Amino acid sequence: MDIHEYQAKKILSNFGVTIPRGGIVYSPENAENKAREIGGSRWVVKAQIHSGARGKAGGIIVCNTPLEVAQATDKLLGKKLVTNQTGPEGKIVNRIYIEEATDIERELYLGLVFDRSSESIMVVASTEGGMSVEEISKEKPETIIRSKIEVAVGMQNFQARELAFGLGIEPDLIRRASDTIIGCYKAFSELDATMVEVNPLVISKQKQILALDCKMSFDNNAMFRRSQVSELRDKTQEDTKEIFASDRGLNYVSLDGNIGNIINGAGLAMASMDMIKLAGGAPANFLDVGGGATPEKIVKAFKLVTMDEKVKVILVNIFAGINRCDWVAEGIVDALKKIEIKVPLVIRLAGTNVEKGNKILKESKINYIEANTLEDAANKAVAALNK
Amino acid sequence: MTVLVDKNSKIIIQGFTGKMGSFHADEMIKYGSNVVGGVTPGKGGSKHLDLPVFNTVKDAVNETGADASILFVPPAFAADSAMEAADAGIKICVAIVDGIPSHDMIRIKRYMRRYTKSSKMTLVGPNCAGIISPGKSMLGIMPGHIYKEGRVGIISRSGTLGYEAAQQLKNLNIGVSTSVGIGGDPINGSSFRDIIEKFETDDETDLILMIGEIGGPQEVAAGEFAKENMKKPVVAYIAGLTAPKGRVMGHAGAIVSAYGESAIEKVEILKECGITISKNPSVMGDTVKSVLEKI
Repeated sequence: MDIHEYQAKKILSNFGVTIPRGGIVYSPENAENKAREIGGSRWVVKAQIHSGARGKAGGIIVCNTPLEVAQATDKLLGKKLVTNQTGPEGKIVNRIYIEEATDIERELYLGLVFDRSSESIMVVASTEGGMSVEEISKEKPETIIRSKIEVAVGMQNFQARELAFGLGIEPDLIRRASDTIIGCYKAFSELDATMVEVNPLVISKQKQILALDCKMSFDNNAMFRRSQVSELRDKTQEDTKEIFASDRGLNYVSLDGNIGNIINGAGLAMASMDMIKLAGGAPANFLDVGGGATPEKIVKAFKLVTMDEKVKVILVNIFAGINRCDWVAEGIVDALKKIEIKVPLVIRLAGTNVEKGNKILKESKINYIEANTLEDAANKAVAALNK
Repeated sequence: MTVLVDKNSKIIIQGFTGKMGSFHADEMIKYGSNVVGGVTPGKGGSKHLDLPVFNTVKDAVNETGADASILFVPPAFAADSAMEAADAGIKICVAIVDGIPSHDMIRIKRYMRRYTKSSKMTLVGPNCAGIISPGKSMLGIMPGHIYKEGRVGIISRSGTLGYEAAQQLKNLNIGVSTSVGIGGDPINGSSFRDIIEKFETDDETDLILMIGEIGGPQEVAAGEFAKENMKKPVVAYIAGLTAPKGRVMGHAGAIVSAYGESAIEKVEILKECGITISKNPSVMGDTVKSVLEKI
């Protein structure tokens, strides 16, 4: 789960990280008042969407008067911002963060992620703040320093100090810098985060160390014990079909193609999508109804896939194990009584009682194309598309 | 594979009296697995499915001599149960449960470092289908009848894609020595490399089929291990050619976040390690067959 910049900053400030003064607003009037309240003579108006690279997309505007702050807010509110991370459809701006402008002396990069190789938490830092970590590793890999943290004992002061010295931070600021790094580590480990990225972490001309921009992601599997974090979810930043899916226990990812998929198991779903691509087609979605493929899930899956107007063919691929094919077939027949399908439907069943399952499908009055193997299913789906 | 489970493995079910635990215990017993009891804290002393229920794993081990366990406890309590099994002297534990927080998995792995290599429990999963040695024992939730007895070892992240492979092999009259589902989470109890190493020393296995997917460094680590240390041939398929970067594809671990984690990159690296690639998921069986014919 992702959260907004202002939410992430609030969390970090609770862990002792300094952030510029700022506040969230929902209207231009609000924004003007907020700017006066914050004080100073320059402000930054920042569109809050779940994406990086907002600056290049015009989502961050520097202003010199409270009136300009109001105008900038008016310009951004309700707009869809398209960045290189949002996809062509962009993300809607419903919240604006007004922040005092910072006089930047140096921009640094600080990121914390899980390291799957060492099964520990990795802190990554670089002197090249403001660039994305991908750009840094491509263009200035020599500036990257890493520190592996043993989770059982947590991050130690010396580890934070080593990073701070490694970033060339002046001696007077080392203490403050290590407190900042340890604050980020604590936020990561105490809140079940999967990513904390402060980019840039800046040293201001006034010798303050500030988190100027921040992204945080959290482990969905841990939200049962992080109610304060899960309340920060902003559904307006998510794909409506993906929300529909996650509310119903389905794993769904919206894609660009036109062959809709209903498959049980994430691995089999990815494999079916691969077959579609090799057959010359393109999947409209990834959809895993769960290993068990219960009739309830199948009904929900058909509803979801038919919501997508791009879909021109639907491919159902179920490998039935303990949930036999005959039971799955009954679920499909039942689902199709409730939902009208206007596009060609290809069904491939495999596994336990496959003959019985196919017989049930044939004897029902549903209009479908039977397929036997993964390859056959993909070929028939692509062929149906071209008819 | 006798190093993981065999006919003599004494199995207990953790979360025995719950719906999932009861259903799959019954399926395992029907398959012929030697289930000797189960654990549900607070229900010790009672009977379930005609088998004894214990309050703690230690009690179960002391009374039954159990050496294998399978977890059907909810995700919030799964880490605790896995560590309890490790501490009670269980040798192999399969965590079926999907949804264990990654921070908990790191905690389990860290906890297990207190044991020496010879006394350390093998944890398989979470978010997996479990282990089956066809004709011997099933410590999992797979449909046992799709596996023919034989000499191919399967390691798969995905449950259903592993079934697909077993079915393709069966259709070609090729059997399986052991199939291990290592699960789709970012941090697993056992990695591809851990299991591939066990297959190399297993005298019931001639070839290993590794079914991986996008995300994480594990498939590549197994490939590099195979290149340096293995004599047995390895066939691999990597799912997720069409998966977009930065998106989680169902499995929490199926996300491309660094170089070498996409399907195409993994395939290239595995080829360099001398591994035969199944070019699509429909020909996993055929690819295994062609390699077996060369042995």
